[in-house]
Amino acid sequence: MPPVRPGRGAKVKTENEMTGEQIRTAIIDILGDIAPDDDLSDLKDDVAFRDQLELDSMDFLDIVMELRKRYRVEVPEEDYGQLASMHSTVTYLEPKMQDVEVA
Amino acid sequence: MIAVPPDPHRIVITGIGLTAPNGNALGEYRASLLEGRSGVSPYEIRYFGKTLAGICDFDELRYQKRKAVRRGTRAGSIGIYCAQEAVADAGLDWENVDKSRVGVYVGVTEHGNVETENEVFQLKGYDYDTQFWSHHHNPRTVANNPAGEISLNMGITGPHYSIGAACAAGNAGFVQGAQMLRLGDCDLAIAGGVSESIHTFGIFASFHSQGALATHDDPTQASRPFDLDRNGIVVAEGGCLYVLERFSDAQARGASIYGELVGYAINSDASDFVLPNPERQAECMLLALQRAGLVAEQIDIVSTHATGTTSGDIQESMALRQVFGDSRKTYFNNTKSFIGHAMGAAGALELTGNLPAFRDGVCHPTINVEQLDPDCALDGLVYNEPRELKRVDYLLNNSFGMLGINSAVIIKRV
Repeated sequence: MPPVRPGRGAKVKTENEMTGEQIRTAIIDILGDIAPDDDLSDLKDDVAFRDQLELDSMDFLDIVMELRKRYRVEVPEEDYGQLASMHSTVTYLEPKMQDVEVA
Repeated sequence: MIAVPPDPHRIVITGIGLTAPNGNALGEYRASLLEGRSGVSPYEIRYFGKTLAGICDFDELRYQKRKAVRRGTRAGSIGIYCAQEAVADAGLDWENVDKSRVGVYVGVTEHGNVETENEVFQLKGYDYDTQFWSHHHNPRTVANNPAGEISLNMGITGPHYSIGAACAAGNAGFVQGAQMLRLGDCDLAIAGGVSESIHTFGIFASFHSQGALATHDDPTQASRPFDLDRNGIVVAEGGCLYVLERFSDAQARGASIYGELVGYAINSDASDFVLPNPERQAECMLLALQRAGLVAEQIDIVSTHATGTTSGDIQESMALRQVFGDSRKTYFNNTKSFIGHAMGAAGALELTGNLPAFRDGVCHPTINVEQLDPDCALDGLVYNEPRELKRVDYLLNNSFGMLGINSAVIIKRV
């Protein structure tokens, strides 16, 4: 995974900034590491991760940690519920990751 | 009122699961010991660089999902492999075993160094900012981790914990299991020892700093206890866990029995952090003999602890002469010469390598003896070639460790 640097306050989306689809891909990469036994190829975006994958609370902490490590994105504890499904995760992360530049 | 189990003091081995650098099951391991096959290979680890080690190649995914391997520890994976293999070997109807009556007692030399080193290494990439420190650190490094991973993997709800006993831990885990069966704390004990120590650079660097890490151009000749040219320890990983039962239970279910624990002792040197004490070692063996109601010359094979250090091998030889000097029928061997020093697993793996002698009557040798050190030249030392004995009735297995912990167990043919 190449490093992705936080942006410097850019307000206008450029070609280098993460789109919703790129955020989805980033989450799939993280899930691939956290749930290596699961098939992610037909993950349904509007169904809870827990209902499709073998994820427990430690795994969700892993998602939070990987977002911090890879993208320097902070997910406060009160927002953990936003990571329930792919759809809610991307929706939640889009404004947080709009300043993340794709290396 | 606590129910008193019938015949509570006769404890037998009915299952064995192991992974050693030269075998992942008893048959393969025993064949390696009889055919002189070493398990020591070139090895490299961060910071320390190139060295030698005993490395295991068992299939972690035989009993674990990839996620469980990622989340857990190498010691946990070794423990799970050994425990699952031991239960299968014991011929138990595992589905119907009351899991609340199973105890897990795993000896470890150390635990947590591997995981802590890995995590500090990763944290370096984040400039030591602890907000990037893994939430997996605590469950990976708690001392009961290897035993706990076994209980999670196998649905065992009886007691589980680790026994920290330096390099005497393999024997200590075994003894703990036997004691808990005798107390009626469990009906089946999964007991022995594991080691993941080759994955910490610290153990290599520390032995090196102590002048006690083996080097040799040929890795298979690096571990050479009792040889004049020995120059230290080869660190190994591995594991060996037993299914232990009361004899009456084993007999009732028609189990195959590898041997019976008839005596054991654990004592302390109280003299030095690292240097052994032959007087206390001898006292430990004598206490085990006394508890077994045996005299030295009734022991057919002594599985020595000798690690290949200059002084340690001589001191154990002194202790052995003191205890067995008058015995004409006791033979001595050493298994570290094949696999290196498997630390927390050493005692259990070394005992297990000898258990088939009850059936085949053969004492496997200590290998790599080109020039026998006169100070280690015990009369009954079996070196380089196996020796056929007429009959083997009793084994004594020595395991000693740092901070001056000594252990000896005596197993009887059943």
